[in-house]
Amino acid sequence: MIILGISAFYHDSAAALVKDGEIIAAAQEERFTRKKHDSRFPFYAIEYCLNELGITLSDVDYIAFYDKPFLKFERLLETYLAFAPKGFKSFSASLPVWVKDKLFQKKTIIDELKKIDSSIDFSSKLLFSEHHQSHAASAFYPSPFEKAVVITMDGVGEWATTSIAVGDGKTLTMKEEIHFPHSLGLLYSAFTYYTGFKVNSGEYKVMGLAPYGEPKYVDKIYEHLIDVKEDGSFKLNMDYFDYCTDLKMTNDKFDQLFGAPARKPDVSPLTQREMDLAASVQVVVEEVVEKLCRSAKEKYGCENLCLAGGVALNCVANGKIVAKNIFKNVWVQPAAGDAGGSLGAALASYYHHLGNERVVHPEDAMKGSYLGPKYELEDITKELDSVGAKYQVYDESDVLEKTAELLANKKAIGWFQGRMEFGPRALGGRSIIADPSCEKMQKTLNLKVKFRESFRPFAPSVLEEDVTNWFDYQGKSPYMLMVAPVKEQHRRAMSESELKLFGIEKLNVKRSSIPAITHVDYSARIQTVTEKTNSRYYHVIKKFKEKTDIPIVVNTSFNVRGEPIVCTPTDAFKCFMGTHLDALVVENCLLLKESQDQTLLERYEGKFDLD
Amino acid sequence: MSFVSEFYNFLKVRKKFWLAPMILVLVLVGGMLVLAKGSAIAPFVYTLF
Repeated sequence: MIILGISAFYHDSAAALVKDGEIIAAAQEERFTRKKHDSRFPFYAIEYCLNELGITLSDVDYIAFYDKPFLKFERLLETYLAFAPKGFKSFSASLPVWVKDKLFQKKTIIDELKKIDSSIDFSSKLLFSEHHQSHAASAFYPSPFEKAVVITMDGVGEWATTSIAVGDGKTLTMKEEIHFPHSLGLLYSAFTYYTGFKVNSGEYKVMGLAPYGEPKYVDKIYEHLIDVKEDGSFKLNMDYFDYCTDLKMTNDKFDQLFGAPARKPDVSPLTQREMDLAASVQVVVEEVVEKLCRSAKEKYGCENLCLAGGVALNCVANGKIVAKNIFKNVWVQPAAGDAGGSLGAALASYYHHLGNERVVHPEDAMKGSYLGPKYELEDITKELDSVGAKYQVYDESDVLEKTAELLANKKAIGWFQGRMEFGPRALGGRSIIADPSCEKMQKTLNLKVKFRESFRPFAPSVLEEDVTNWFDYQGKSPYMLMVAPVKEQHRRAMSESELKLFGIEKLNVKRSSIPAITHVDYSARIQTVTEKTNSRYYHVIKKFKEKTDIPIVVNTSFNVRGEPIVCTPTDAFKCFMGTHLDALVVENCLLLKESQDQTLLERYEGKFDLD
Repeated sequence: MSFVSEFYNFLKVRKKFWLAPMILVLVLVGGMLVLAKGSAIAPFVYTLF
């Protein structure tokens, strides 16, 4: 039985293909269209998924969509009714969109599918899964657990913003929900907006900014904005938020509470205030998530926890849940955002709706999240030739050796190999890698390669067998969704003057023997690498370790600010030529910047809309 | 037509028939707002508000 899952029309469109319960392929549309967070119908992602299995749409038994449009419309109407006459502006802006398109989404989906194959009767094949059911399914079914508590948290789906479900074998039963407008995701987004970042993409920046600040507004947030009960359920005070009635997140009352209007994006500089706000909302979110986890553990008595939904991408909160040992095992869906809803919808249809038996994979069923396209050497050389690239082809061990050598020589390398990752993290398939011991690497990568804010941290990829020697972390983190501290012995003692530094001044202080991946609070977002899931990546890190005694490389996504992660060898070459990357490795092809035709150099900065 | 029956079933399952009159009015107004964008109906819509 073949099921195609689709998420589309809001943000991060994606498609996923499941055959007899096995996840065959999954990819986000943005990677193909090169438009970040592309929300259009995922034609290219569907085409890729079908090609991966060598089938056509007529071979697909069911097509599952990741949310329910009527329920969403119901929420929209009831929300406006509850706040009327306030919110007319927002209402009149969104109603035509609904009446024209979103209310008739079933027809829209069928019409779009008919563009691929007009001979198929799609109405009998189309299934709809609730938004949080999709998230929960994406977290539970691929997890290595027979039974687990599943917590999903995001901005909003139809009504639910937070849900607790229990998964057991093939069944997944929703137990509790918190409904819109009370949303942990939207609380975080409100602070994202207020600190001058883009909602739905700047949340990572708030999380990255938090360690520079002091959580001095926590009491204020609890006193005025959110009422949290002991079991983790919560209610927001809507007097301070405008997202129900206006086209912005916060209002004048919110401004008054924190003493100033929202920071203007990319105009006003980041100050200590924004850092303190980020630190405060981060603390609140962590505390709420912890309470939710503790009460779910108590009520449902499972030892395993699965997480999904946008809030599950808050790896700092995830790391704390793991560190507090509330559950014996924690598994987070790597595509925890809406893109992963496509996979969840397909899996919910296969197991929960159609009742097929589930086989639990001892690792997990995500195949390392390497679920996207892969390129053969012949196709790569053809593409590289067509764009005028100069390259050398080596055998595998030589290319790994040369890459490790370049890394040890402090070069920043574009690393392209194997299948593309599904989800927002680059995991060694489409990554930029570098030496973590290089003091200036964080600044160089941020400003000259990624063209992004200097405060943003980088993550380490570490050999799984060495993780405990370098970080206070036990176990696995294959999807870079856990944050843990660098071990004491690798930290550098601060001088008295360094200890007095405040906010962004902390950035320039070397904090450990691996400064490029050590955040200002000594934390790091860890990816553990094994030979089993990514052999080439594992061996390049191993060779780097042989040269430097460090079993770690810096790993950041292969893109610049605002650009989707590269998908094809051509995308990789363009990004390589548009940035200060020193070398590019595409499977067995090695490209050095100095050997390239210098007329092909391109200014990539400013080419993409900022995120 | 299938849309109408699906929506009817939706209201039935959700026990939200009280939303029906409102939806009808809103869909009509919303439909007009859609059509009004740069069309001859615009003046008519303006008089409504």
